[in-house]
Amino acid sequence: MNNLWGDSLSGFWSAWIIVITLGTIAISAWVLFANRKTDKTPDAEGNVETTGHAADDIEEYDNPLPRWWFQLYVGTVIFALGYLVLYPGLGNYAGVLGWTQEGQWEQEVAQAEERYAPIFEQYQQVPVPELAQDGEAMQVAERIFLNNCAICHGSNAQGGYGFPNLTDDAWLYGGAPENIVQTITNGRNGLMPSWQQLGEQNIANLTQHVLSLSGQAEDAERAEQGAAVFASVCAACHSPDGTGNQALGAPNLTDDAWLYRQPGQPLDEAIRQTLRNGRNGHMPAQAAYIGEDKVHLVAAYVYSLSHQE
Amino acid sequence: MRHEIVEKNVGLLSVLVLVVISFGGLAEVVPLFFQKQTTEPVEGLKPLSALELAGRDIYRREGCVGCHSQMIRPFRAETERYGHYSVAGESVYEHNFLWGSKRTGPDLARVGGRYSDDWHRAHMYNPRDVVPESVMPAYPWLFENTLDGEHIADKMRAMRTLGVPYTDEQIAGAGQAVRGEREITALVAYLQQLGTVLKDTR
Repeated sequence: MNNLWGDSLSGFWSAWIIVITLGTIAISAWVLFANRKTDKTPDAEGNVETTGHAADDIEEYDNPLPRWWFQLYVGTVIFALGYLVLYPGLGNYAGVLGWTQEGQWEQEVAQAEERYAPIFEQYQQVPVPELAQDGEAMQVAERIFLNNCAICHGSNAQGGYGFPNLTDDAWLYGGAPENIVQTITNGRNGLMPSWQQLGEQNIANLTQHVLSLSGQAEDAERAEQGAAVFASVCAACHSPDGTGNQALGAPNLTDDAWLYRQPGQPLDEAIRQTLRNGRNGHMPAQAAYIGEDKVHLVAAYVYSLSHQE
Repeated sequence: MRHEIVEKNVGLLSVLVLVVISFGGLAEVVPLFFQKQTTEPVEGLKPLSALELAGRDIYRREGCVGCHSQMIRPFRAETERYGHYSVAGESVYEHNFLWGSKRTGPDLARVGGRYSDDWHRAHMYNPRDVVPESVMPAYPWLFENTLDGEHIADKMRAMRTLGVPYTDEQIAGAGQAVRGEREITALVAYLQQLGTVLKDTR
C-alpha cells in the first residue's frame, strides 16, 4: 500500500511550482508597496490631492489605503511565507514540520487503534454466549451492526424480502456461535435451482406439499401427490422430512419462517415463485471490512438477538 | 501607476485577469498532467467492460453523482466507513471523473462487492424496501428499459482516443455484450466493480 501517493516531482516541475508560487507572492507584495501612498494632509489652502476622477462635480480623493487594510495584506504575505516554510507547498520541499496527508491519516488510525484495540481484544477473549450478556459490549456491537449489517438485515435485525430475520430461531446456516462467526467472516452463497422443468402440475403439487410441512396445506390430495416429487428432487437438500440442511443453507420448510415472501403475498404464490425461478441469496464476507475482533463482537450481538431473556 | 490604461480597456483587463487567475492552475493543476501518480493506473486496473460502461452512463444519466461522491478522503472517519482512501491511479481510465462533491447519500468509491446484487436491485426498485429511512428516489424504469447497444462501441472508441486501452475485440463484441440487457443489470454491474482494484479495502 506504500507509495500510492506517487513519486516525488521531477526537478523541472518542482522548480516550476516554486517559481510560480514564490513569484505570485512577490508580485502581490510588489503591487501592494508600489501603489502605496503616504498620508496626504491638506495643503495651506485646504486643498487635498485627488485622483482627477470627477463625476457630477464630485471628486475622488487620492487617499492612502486604510492602515488596518494595508497591514492585513502584509500579514497575508507573511502568513503565506510562514506556511510554505512549515508545510509542503513548494515542489519537493517537504516543509519543516514534515507533515503529509498520509502521515496524518496513519497517525489518526494509530491513535484510534491504541485506544480501541485493547477493548476489542478484551471482548475477543470472552465466549460469544457470555459476551451476549454484557450490556456494554452489546451497545458497542449494536453500533457496528447498524453501520455494517442493518442496511440489509434492517435496523431492527428483522430482515426483509430475501434478507434473513436475525431475531427468530430460524437459521439457514446454523445459530451456534461458531456458525454465526463463520457466516459473518466469510459470507454465504445460497443457491436453489429453478424447477421450472418439472412442469406447472408438479409445481402446484409441490407447493401444496411444502405448505403441508408447516401444516398449512389447502389441498391434501395435491400435497400427497407432491410428496413423491419432494422425495425425489427436494429431499437431497431440504432433507426427507423437510427440516432442511444447515450445512448447505437449505431452509427448514417446517418452521413457517419464509425468507422470500413479499409483505402481503399469499404464501402459496411465494412458494410457487421460488420453485419456478430458484433463488440465489448472497451475503458478502465481512471480515475484510470490520476485522476479526469486530466479527466476534457482532456475532455475539446477533446471538443475543435470538437469546433474549 | 497608470490604472486608467487597464481600467478603460476591457480587452486588456480581461487578459490580465486571466493571467492573474491562471497562476493557481499553473502551479497546482498543470504539473499533475506529468506525474506518474496521476497518469499511471494502479496495478490490476482494467477498463470497464461494455456492460459496466453502459451502467456508468446510466449512473451519469440518472444524476447519481449529484448525491453520491466517489472519493474517500484520507481521514480515519472515512476509511473506517468506506475503506481505503481513494488514490489517483484508480481514476486513470475515468472520463469524465465522477468523484462528486456532495454526499446526500454515502460515498460509493468502494461499494463494489459490499452488498449483494439482489440488494442493489431491491434498493434501486424502491430504496425504502430495504432502508426504511432512505430519502433516495426510486428508479423502477431501470427494470423495464433494455439496452440496444447501438452506441456502446462508439463510446469505447471515444474512450480509446482518451487513452483507455480497449482492444479491438472488446469494441467489436461490445454491442453484442450489452444488447437486450436491462438497464438495472448494467448499473449493478458498474456498481459492483467500484473500488475493487485495491484489495486492502479496510
